[in-house]
Amino acid sequence: MPMYSEKVMEHFTNPRNIGEIEAPDGVGEVGNPVCGDMMKFTIKVKDNIIEDVKYFTFGCGAAIAVSSMVSEMARGKTVDEAMNITNKQVAEALGGLPGNKMHCSNLGADALHKAIQDYLEKKGEAEQ
Amino acid sequence: MKTINLDYTAAAPLDEKVLQVMLPYFTEHYGNPSSGHSLGEKPREAMEKARLDVGRLIGAAEDGTSSIIFTASASEANNLAVKGIIAAGKRNGNRIITSAVEHFSILNQLKSLEKEGYDIVRLPVDSSGLIDPGQLEEAMTDQTILVSIQVANPEIGTIQPVEKLAAIAREREVPFHTDAAAAAGWIPLDVEKMGVDMLSLAGDQFYGPKGSGALFVRRGVRLRPLIEGGIQEKGLRAGTENVPVIVGLGEAARLARESLAERSRQVAAFRDKLKESLFSEIPHLHLNGHPEKRMPRNLNVSVEFVEGEALLMRLNMAGIYVSSGSSCTSQALKSSHVLEAIGLPPALAQGSLLFAPGLESREEEIPYITGQLSEVAKLLRNMSPLYHQYLKEGNNNANVQ
Repeated sequence: MPMYSEKVMEHFTNPRNIGEIEAPDGVGEVGNPVCGDMMKFTIKVKDNIIEDVKYFTFGCGAAIAVSSMVSEMARGKTVDEAMNITNKQVAEALGGLPGNKMHCSNLGADALHKAIQDYLEKKGEAEQ
Repeated sequence: MKTINLDYTAAAPLDEKVLQVMLPYFTEHYGNPSSGHSLGEKPREAMEKARLDVGRLIGAAEDGTSSIIFTASASEANNLAVKGIIAAGKRNGNRIITSAVEHFSILNQLKSLEKEGYDIVRLPVDSSGLIDPGQLEEAMTDQTILVSIQVANPEIGTIQPVEKLAAIAREREVPFHTDAAAAAGWIPLDVEKMGVDMLSLAGDQFYGPKGSGALFVRRGVRLRPLIEGGIQEKGLRAGTENVPVIVGLGEAARLARESLAERSRQVAAFRDKLKESLFSEIPHLHLNGHPEKRMPRNLNVSVEFVEGEALLMRLNMAGIYVSSGSSCTSQALKSSHVLEAIGLPPALAQGSLLFAPGLESREEEIPYITGQLSEVAKLLRNMSPLYHQYLKEGNNNANVQ
């Protein structure tokens, strides 16, 4: 078992915001079972603010902690702010990740960004 | 918190009786077995007794037609067998036949040899982990210089038909090596009946000390040492012998042989009860390995829809120690080559757990183990996209490759 920070263990033990938003404004899915991790993020956006974020995650301790942390970081942010959350910020907020687990933090931010892009595309289509 | 070790193949405590036999050889009988004077006598005698005890554990004939070479691990024994026979260069040819499910101490050295131009054939296994002897037959050519196939798999526990496989090699006078690290001390082994030319084992797998291993070598098999120097171990392993550890290996082998049937029955009974309990209480479990032809202390189960490291961490928090073949638990982030070889879909390989009970395992612990795994599985499934997809669509796409 890798050496995880206290923060990672805390989020792994008590992951926040698990679930799937019904009729979400954006959906972002990344990963597959072959690489070992899969994440599905759903978001609710109101007045350009990420009002709610939920996720389902299949993956290791780091993947679960990253999902939980990303959901906390994104909630209440504007769409632009949430789009600017970086993998590095997620890893830092978790007190660091073991070297070979850094890709998990990439997945978390990627899934969030995908959900936001999905929202922006849908919004663009609606406005046309 | 109470703790339950179900990872005995990783490490087991040294048998107290073995420790007591070892102790005098650290201090009182500290002599060098190679010494010509009296100090060497006791250690030399003890070492030869250990050699006999290890030989007896694997049914080696006591007529001088074979030798036991002490090593520091089964990995070293595997390396001495493969590299040693190649370096001896007595055979013409470049083909080495092995299986896809061998231990890394076989597979990784063969990968290196492949880069040097050797023709390495890795026999496939079926979904239960078994090798088809017919495929060995087909792979044999006049270029074949060695066959190395394990007795039992350390991860899924499947026991190979070594007797049949070795007979195929013997018919063509090709040396046959077997890695018995997962099997020795737990199932009856008889090198004469199996017809193997070399066999590797490790003492820490049957309550002996870590750092103890041995290679059985039949007379006529020419090896070159990995470590050159003095003439210890018939010149096949230079360096002053680690007498206390060798004595410990011998004593562990003696005790294992004495109570082999009883030990085997005991761990198998625990394993069977645990399996029954897990499968009756927890839905969507998948048994990995052969249903019958498996090591008595091996239960390998995939928990569908969830990943192994998360399971392992949660169980660890509950004081239950297991291992997993998930890619996330390996430093290299590669899932188990054994689970891949049996054709297990990636999602199931990621959710694999190995329960390896020991003589200390108690059946009273089973309800707690099952209860904890049931909770953990529920919790992790509840956050798994694969599980929710299954609930929605009713089909398990995760099981499709």
